[in-house]
Amino acid sequence: METNFKSPTGKIAYSVFAWIVGLAIFFPILWMALTSFKSEIDAVNMPPLFFDFNWTLENYTGILEQSNYFKFAMNSIILSFGSTIIGLVFAVTCAWAMAFNPTKRTKDTLLWMLSTKMMPPVGVLVPIYLMFRDWGLLDSRFGLIMVLFLMNLPIMVWMLYTYFKEIPKDILEAARMDGATLPKEIFFVLLPMAVPGIASTMLLNIILAWNEAFWTLNLTTSDAAPLTAFIASYSSPEGLFWAKLSAASTLAVAPILVVGWFSQKQLVRGLTFGAVK
Amino acid sequence: MGAIRLENVRKTFGNIDVIPGVDLEINDGEFVVFVGPSGCGKSTLLRLIAGLEDVTSGKIMINDVDMADASPAKRGLSMVFQSYALYPHMTVYNNIAFGLKMAGESKAVIEEKVRNAAKILNLTDYLDRRPGALSGGQRQRVAIGRAIVRNPAAFLFDEPLSNLDAALRVNMRLEITGLHQELKTTMIYVTHDQVEAMTMADKIVVLQAGRVEQVGKPMELYTNPANKFVAGFIGSPKMNFIEGDYAKARDCHCVGIRPEHFAISQESGDIPATVKIAEHLGAETYLHVNADNIGPMTIRATGEVPLGEHDRIWLTPDAERIHRFDANDKALSR
Amino acid sequence: MSTRASTLAGHVMSAPSIIALFLWMIVPLGMTIYFSFLRYNLLSPGMEEWIGFVNYKFFLTDHAFFASLANTLILVGSVLVITVIGGILIGLMLDQAIFGRGILRILVISPFFIMPTVNALVWKNLLMNPVSGFFAWISMSLGFQPIDWFTQAPLTAIIIMVAWQWLPFATLILLTALQSLDRDQKEAAQMDGAGPIAIFFYITLPHLSRAITVVILIETIFLLTVFAEIFVTTGGGPGLATTNIAFLVYTQALLQYDVGGASAGGIVAVILANIVAIFLVRLIGKNLDA
Ligand SMILES: Nc1ncnc2c1ncn2[C@@H]1O[C@H](COP(=O)(O)OP(=O)(O)OP(=O)(O)O)[C@@H](O)[C@H]1O
Ligand SMILES: [Mg+2]
Repeated sequence: METNFKSPTGKIAYSVFAWIVGLAIFFPILWMALTSFKSEIDAVNMPPLFFDFNWTLENYTGILEQSNYFKFAMNSIILSFGSTIIGLVFAVTCAWAMAFNPTKRTKDTLLWMLSTKMMPPVGVLVPIYLMFRDWGLLDSRFGLIMVLFLMNLPIMVWMLYTYFKEIPKDILEAARMDGATLPKEIFFVLLPMAVPGIASTMLLNIILAWNEAFWTLNLTTSDAAPLTAFIASYSSPEGLFWAKLSAASTLAVAPILVVGWFSQKQLVRGLTFGAVK
Repeated sequence: MGAIRLENVRKTFGNIDVIPGVDLEINDGEFVVFVGPSGCGKSTLLRLIAGLEDVTSGKIMINDVDMADASPAKRGLSMVFQSYALYPHMTVYNNIAFGLKMAGESKAVIEEKVRNAAKILNLTDYLDRRPGALSGGQRQRVAIGRAIVRNPAAFLFDEPLSNLDAALRVNMRLEITGLHQELKTTMIYVTHDQVEAMTMADKIVVLQAGRVEQVGKPMELYTNPANKFVAGFIGSPKMNFIEGDYAKARDCHCVGIRPEHFAISQESGDIPATVKIAEHLGAETYLHVNADNIGPMTIRATGEVPLGEHDRIWLTPDAERIHRFDANDKALSR
Repeated sequence: MSTRASTLAGHVMSAPSIIALFLWMIVPLGMTIYFSFLRYNLLSPGMEEWIGFVNYKFFLTDHAFFASLANTLILVGSVLVITVIGGILIGLMLDQAIFGRGILRILVISPFFIMPTVNALVWKNLLMNPVSGFFAWISMSLGFQPIDWFTQAPLTAIIIMVAWQWLPFATLILLTALQSLDRDQKEAAQMDGAGPIAIFFYITLPHLSRAITVVILIETIFLLTVFAEIFVTTGGGPGLATTNIAFLVYTQALLQYDVGGASAGGIVAVILANIVAIFLVRLIGKNLDA
């Protein structure tokens, strides 16, 4: 329900206003990015320096020279991609079954899966922590991949389910008449047709896993710690190097910001479980 | 070879008896049409034959082997879906080739069969396109092509023409009939279009609520319907049913007369009536009349008839073609 | 497509996910419930004993519980109000034909993709620092004393950070709902003589009601367990000023090693979340039928 502006001036004035609001919302990110190019002295300068400071890459080179940054970044990549790929295998099969072979219990199962997502993690923090401790999984990538995979599995199943539901059953039946076995039906017919849905499911899952900051903070110390924990380490007093913090933060959020921009349309479906279209 | 025999085939969904028990014999090479009102179980019966649904009980004999528990692929049948169900991500060529690939045919064989089918169906120029870039009729032909190449024991069609516009429907009807004459393969065709049923079928199976009401050649069903349901279902406009004294005088519960089996007079006759609406189509005229002591009836007259609202007419049914039914709606002998 | 073979395949294919989720949620939850009835401290191993509801009694009568419950409710409530109202306004704004709408939209939703720890530290250090933060500069330029956010108004500071993070979510969903609003309806209303304000209240808002409900329910579930923002900024303090239930449970479990007490707290959190979840699941379930 767009308004048709009566005059171009009205549209310009309105646009200017909207941009001011938009930039204000975006400002913290912008400011972080700007600060990351300042020297530590310029970063705390009063009044704040907007563009007229000595642009420097020293924060970035500093961080990249710190070998442990790569370890954290690598962990973020391994954790988010690992949990996404495992999740995809489980979720595709499950969503296929629910979308194309529904039973009386399918709907209840879906809702039950959803309700597990609504369980606050603190409700299971203690046993999970103890189990991880006893099994030697604390601070292990494998353990955390499993946690992230399970945490996001309901969302993946749901998203794929809503995408699969849009694929006419007839086409899979046609494949069956054509003599395709179940794996072939899924690989040659279902998956190629569901590529956009699968892609956006993966993207959302990568975003959620990348930013997850309850389990990653509680179950890791160093070996498996991803960027969330790396940034959290700046909260200690020695981390009062703002420019460096900004550079590290910018590096940590930049990739996911780009992914997020690309998948914004599909996010709504994934995050509302199809309740808003 | 494709002879199919259903023996006491039942299908229940939950506790609803959709197909309470059907026996049916389909001979090799026959063109069989299933007709019936919406929801009567036509698609279900077809899908049972295809193997897309399990029978609850009964046997599905394909060439004298019970296939009731075999997977769809093993039955050697092809199906053309109402929605065409083409693979949207594959070219026309790959759509047609898919079944052959699944069967593990060699590339050369696939190429030959696909090209051959494309030639028959006039699709040669479109082999590299995706289904999205085809017209409805072309998609339909691809779906048929996909069915042909597998050399099936029988083709199953589920309302294949219902998504096409009227003109195209006539064309495709003729094409499918032509195809049947050429291939001489058994075809089972589901429709609720009377004209398709009457013109294409060697044998019509009329279904109601999952039950076979009558099986027979098209004209057989028209001239000798076994019961009131078939009498009313086959033929358009619908047969007129007259109960009460008029039927009692003829020793039955109900009399059925098709709209085209009346002689019309403006002076005298069997049934006096008043014209309500006259539909002039040129080649024929439909008269919707109100018959004295009987009620509304529909009359079909050939050619142009100069009648209009309020005109009084007298109708005389063709005595040879009166149908009589008992209280259980079964047809009585003439 | 319901042959016995395909139904069986359906069961086989959905089983792994169902079993995995069962093991992940139900089993640990059962353990939490069990622990919550034990005296169980990691500092004194081997001393576990069944003590019934004592943990609950301690947890629920502890003033820390009331403080954190109050904080939780204030946090959730404030963020909901800010994000829903802000989301509607920004949604309406982005729904107009403005220059560069696509880019603007990207800018506005960006905060959602920022990881919570980055969000918290950027706000705490770069923006809210009382000496050299950006806000301090604004205050001073306007002639005010800079606010020392994390001493004077720590909970407000957390609320602002969290609201900033969730505003895009509300905006995105409400914008999606707005865009599905039938143009004809609005035009019909205009023909009937309705002004923009009447149109908003009689047509737009009712149309948004479902999306608003969804936003409220989903945000609530996530907001009940805000953790990282508190963890990296205030550590729950000063005092208990920014301790919410999730953080309280964390302190008891991993800082005080009181497994029994933490478990009881965890169960309380689960119950709170379930009150909301029931409504959400119902709503989504209804949608599933449609
Ligand atoms: N999977 C199913 N579960 C429960 N009932 C079903 C199922 N499939 C079909 N039915 C029911 O079985 C009956 C027959 O359905 P079917 O699709 O065979 O009808 P049809 O004759 O093909 O109708 P139409 O002409 O409308 O296509 C209907 O009453 C339908 O509601
Ligand atoms: Mg049907």
